[in-house]
Amino acid sequence: MTDYDSIDFSPLHALTDGEVVTHSRVRDVTLASGKTLALITLDNGRDHTRPNTLGPATLTELGEVLDALAVRAGAGEIDAVGITGKQYILAAGADLSDITRVGSKDNARLVAQLGHKVLGRLGELGVPSFAFVNGLALGGGLEIALNSTYRTVDASAAAIALPEVFLGIIPGWGGAYLLPNLIGIENALEVVISNPLKQNRMLKPAQAFELGIMDAIFPAASYLEDSLRWADGVLTGRIAVERKNTPGKIERAVKWPVAIKMARGMLESKIGTVPASPYVALDLLDKARSGTKAEGFAREDDALADLVVGDQFAASMYAFDLVQKRAKRPVGAPDKDLAKKVTKVGIIGAGLMASQFALLFVRRLQVPVLITDLDQARVDKGVAYIHEEIGKLEAKGRLDADAANKLRGLVTGTTDKTLYADCDFVIEAVFEEVGVKQAVFGEIEKIVAEDAILATNTSSLSVAEIGSTLAHPERLVGFHFFNPVAVMPLIEIVSTDQTADAALSTAFVVAKALGKNGVLTADAPGFVVNRLLAKVMGEAARAVYEGTPVADVERAFAPLGLPMGPFQLIDLVGWKVAAHVQDTMTRAFPDRFFSHENFHRLAELDEVVEKDKGGRVTGFTKAALKTVKPHVGSQSVPAEEILRRVQDGLAQEIRIMLDEKVVPEVEDIDLCLILGAGWPFIDGGASPYLDREGASERVFGATFHQPPIRGIAQES
Amino acid sequence: MADISDVFFVDGMRTPFGRAGEKGMYWNTRSDDLAVKATIGLMERNAAVPKDRIDDVAIAATSQTGDQGLTLGRSVAILAGLPQSVPGFAIDRMCAGAMTSVTTMAASIGVGMYDVALAGGVEHMGRHPIGTNADPNPRFVAEKMVDPGALNMGVTAERIFDRFPHLTKERSDRFGMLSQQKAQRAYDAGKIQPDLVSVAIKDADGAWGLATEDEGRRPQTTMADLAGLKTPFRPHGRVTAGTSSPLTDGATMSLLAGGGAVKELGLTPKMRMVSFAYAGVQPEIMGIGPIPSTEKALRKAGLTISDIGLFELNEAFAIQVISLLDHFGIDDDDPRVNAWGGAIAVGHPLAASGVRLMIQLAAQFAERPDVRYGLTAMCVGLGQGGSVIWENPHYDGKKRK
Repeated sequence: MTDYDSIDFSPLHALTDGEVVTHSRVRDVTLASGKTLALITLDNGRDHTRPNTLGPATLTELGEVLDALAVRAGAGEIDAVGITGKQYILAAGADLSDITRVGSKDNARLVAQLGHKVLGRLGELGVPSFAFVNGLALGGGLEIALNSTYRTVDASAAAIALPEVFLGIIPGWGGAYLLPNLIGIENALEVVISNPLKQNRMLKPAQAFELGIMDAIFPAASYLEDSLRWADGVLTGRIAVERKNTPGKIERAVKWPVAIKMARGMLESKIGTVPASPYVALDLLDKARSGTKAEGFAREDDALADLVVGDQFAASMYAFDLVQKRAKRPVGAPDKDLAKKVTKVGIIGAGLMASQFALLFVRRLQVPVLITDLDQARVDKGVAYIHEEIGKLEAKGRLDADAANKLRGLVTGTTDKTLYADCDFVIEAVFEEVGVKQAVFGEIEKIVAEDAILATNTSSLSVAEIGSTLAHPERLVGFHFFNPVAVMPLIEIVSTDQTADAALSTAFVVAKALGKNGVLTADAPGFVVNRLLAKVMGEAARAVYEGTPVADVERAFAPLGLPMGPFQLIDLVGWKVAAHVQDTMTRAFPDRFFSHENFHRLAELDEVVEKDKGGRVTGFTKAALKTVKPHVGSQSVPAEEILRRVQDGLAQEIRIMLDEKVVPEVEDIDLCLILGAGWPFIDGGASPYLDREGASERVFGATFHQPPIRGIAQES
Repeated sequence: MADISDVFFVDGMRTPFGRAGEKGMYWNTRSDDLAVKATIGLMERNAAVPKDRIDDVAIAATSQTGDQGLTLGRSVAILAGLPQSVPGFAIDRMCAGAMTSVTTMAASIGVGMYDVALAGGVEHMGRHPIGTNADPNPRFVAEKMVDPGALNMGVTAERIFDRFPHLTKERSDRFGMLSQQKAQRAYDAGKIQPDLVSVAIKDADGAWGLATEDEGRRPQTTMADLAGLKTPFRPHGRVTAGTSSPLTDGATMSLLAGGGAVKELGLTPKMRMVSFAYAGVQPEIMGIGPIPSTEKALRKAGLTISDIGLFELNEAFAIQVISLLDHFGIDDDDPRVNAWGGAIAVGHPLAASGVRLMIQLAAQFAERPDVRYGLTAMCVGLGQGGSVIWENPHYDGKKRK
């Protein structure tokens, strides 16, 4: 058993440089019964935009405060200890900037052990401890609460979560042991593993209460007063705390192993076996079924130390930083003051894509949105679809009746293009063909004001070519969404040689208003995401036409850790679109991209691939097999060869894109892949993965990052 | 047609009162939040009253600006979680703000327009010192309508001594000392605490704490201490900090109901309103205002001063209370007067104080079934007085043993 008191934590002192220390201030509170509760307030002295974090100096101070309170408890001076946070925030967890520079595995273990030592004290004070979760409680913040004897939560708290698995680590300050023992294995699996993997979903306070993480929930207006009164009730025995989700003998013996087994199966089918942290978390949750708290904490110490020094965590932190910082300050975006104010949006088209645009624009910008199509019937269908979607939001309570009416009133359709005259921003969502897009813009250009911005959602055509027939090509900008439009956060904003700063600035401001992240790219075929996805899909197709079974190809791609296999992806974006993208890329770069004429035949079939219930592609349909058979070779390519081809192909293509200045830096490519295609944090998008797999060295004799983004374990 | 109705003070609660200023416990607490806590506490204790039955919310403040400036009754109603259907408004009669909230709501209930109403007041004198947002009309001075000294309450208190030379500084000091002692005795006996709503507070270091008692009390005060205090309003004057109410932060709230609502909702009111009155006096000697207002209220009630068994008189200044007692021939230390101490000890958050008087009178009524009538009265800046006479529902007609 680990004796945390005998551990020398001095190696962590180096990490306290620059730490924004969250102080632990204590005030005694006299409760109505006359009992005394020593209340700790965690406060880093900054406003709510800089949440409390738990670095080594913070933990050390809290540890000293708790030690002193334990002495007072022993002397009978206090009857309870409470802990709460500054306004709106309990704590946002460990200070991640510290964890990335621990320097050694031993130090990584010390970080885990210091947390266990200090937070664990909350359960060993000699008097009960109460965590008053007054606001945001993430990771170590929630673990403060879990280590306490009792917990209440403010009904308005922003979020409650254990997001560690999202970042490639595990809840290592007691969370992995304490949570399942508090709320049962199934609930714990949801909080520790499932939610982080669902784009880092977090709990609302009411959910945390329902799950049994919190013993009581109180409204914000008198949260602390109510909590203190509740604590008094618990201390005097007036209130009995019931925990309905705490696992009993039967759950431990029967339900627990079954739940772990099912979760493992689900994980393997959903994310494959490449990501480490979900499985480490799963093992910890499994073992939390029995044994002591001390044993659970020791397991967490080892697990956290292993993960913190690994490649996946290093890449995850790189990716997290891109998403948190770089995405919010797009490189190359002109001054936002140059943007044209958008008071009415025109969308050319009324099909599914156009309707999705209309819904997004009207909800986010709250300005009139006009759609159009070839005939009134299509227009009516588009408007009806949008109204229906608004109705669904209203039914879910996401919009009240007035807001829904407002949005419905803002969306109109017409076949009379002259109604576009007062649109400031017109985006097309018509058939992906240069001639069609040129014709559409040619017509609209004569109607709209001279400074109206025109945007094309083309996924792979040349924006300059689309604009070549315009009288004012400088106002045309590429504005490329990703499917599903409502969900994917990326918009590739494409600038041609002629695009004016006003148009570009407007595009960035509109993207931000839409709640999306705009990334500037040059007018190169496929821009960023489709160019690299075409590489992935092309290599998959190449292997199939050489004679490799589809299922083998899907498996060969698994180590990449992509959200789905290449054929699953093709099936999602649509075979026709995929075939079109492959053609475009092959036309542009015939020696580097693969396409096959037969692909278009496949695209005409109703169903091309068979899928299991997890959505994974298991093979071609009979009709597809028949279609491809005459064109398939007899050479099944080994999995390692397929993987190496795609790794090298990606490394080569990214290197070329950087040389061609498609984006300024490799970080922008990774950002696009993460936001537009869901490429994993544990790969850092693509470049950290390609560096660590040796692909960059193989292809161009260097690495994208110097030094490469590796875990400490691999350095030195 | 609506019917004329009896008006009942069903219940009242308040925040603990805090010393105004940077060192006071509410320096980091918003004024409207104080009113919100009092409202929530009161509604929780009176859960039998459906929130949507509140016909109106009147909340007073003297300095209606900043965090006590946004139509307090309405904004506090929303913040306290009352339904959107409940209306509200703000009131100002300086020190008699909360009293005016009560009498205004009472009048609406009395003529049968309202069934249930909330009435209270708040003053954060730390954040909003009296007069800081005022811009007095120059005509007051130019036309010699009001002496500039009338705007300084301490100066007006000195004037009471001038007018009534037999009211001495020694009597005033003794009254101040006794107020402190009586308040502490009431605290020790647990008389005050049941009507206080605890408030979470934050100190300068950001640490949370809990306000559970009035902050400014000085129970150890002696006559010698008081004799040595400065007289800030006049050299060699008679008014000192020890005989004045301190600058204070706090909020009060009361629940009023008509006879029909009391019956329908099964409420047990603490007091029945008998009469109320306001009166104006010379602004330069505003402290004597409650004398004419009390005479008016007695007249309306058909009572005489000898019918009043308990007095809750706001101690803006000791001398000002003594002047009223002297006028009605009551001893300075008459046990019927401010039995649990007054504003000199617990503080006077201007527009909140009126309801504190009522809360304290109501609590004494419950203990004193031998008393039938009580008076709450207070002076008001710029020369006014306000008085409300209440009847004790516990009155059993038996003499006290």
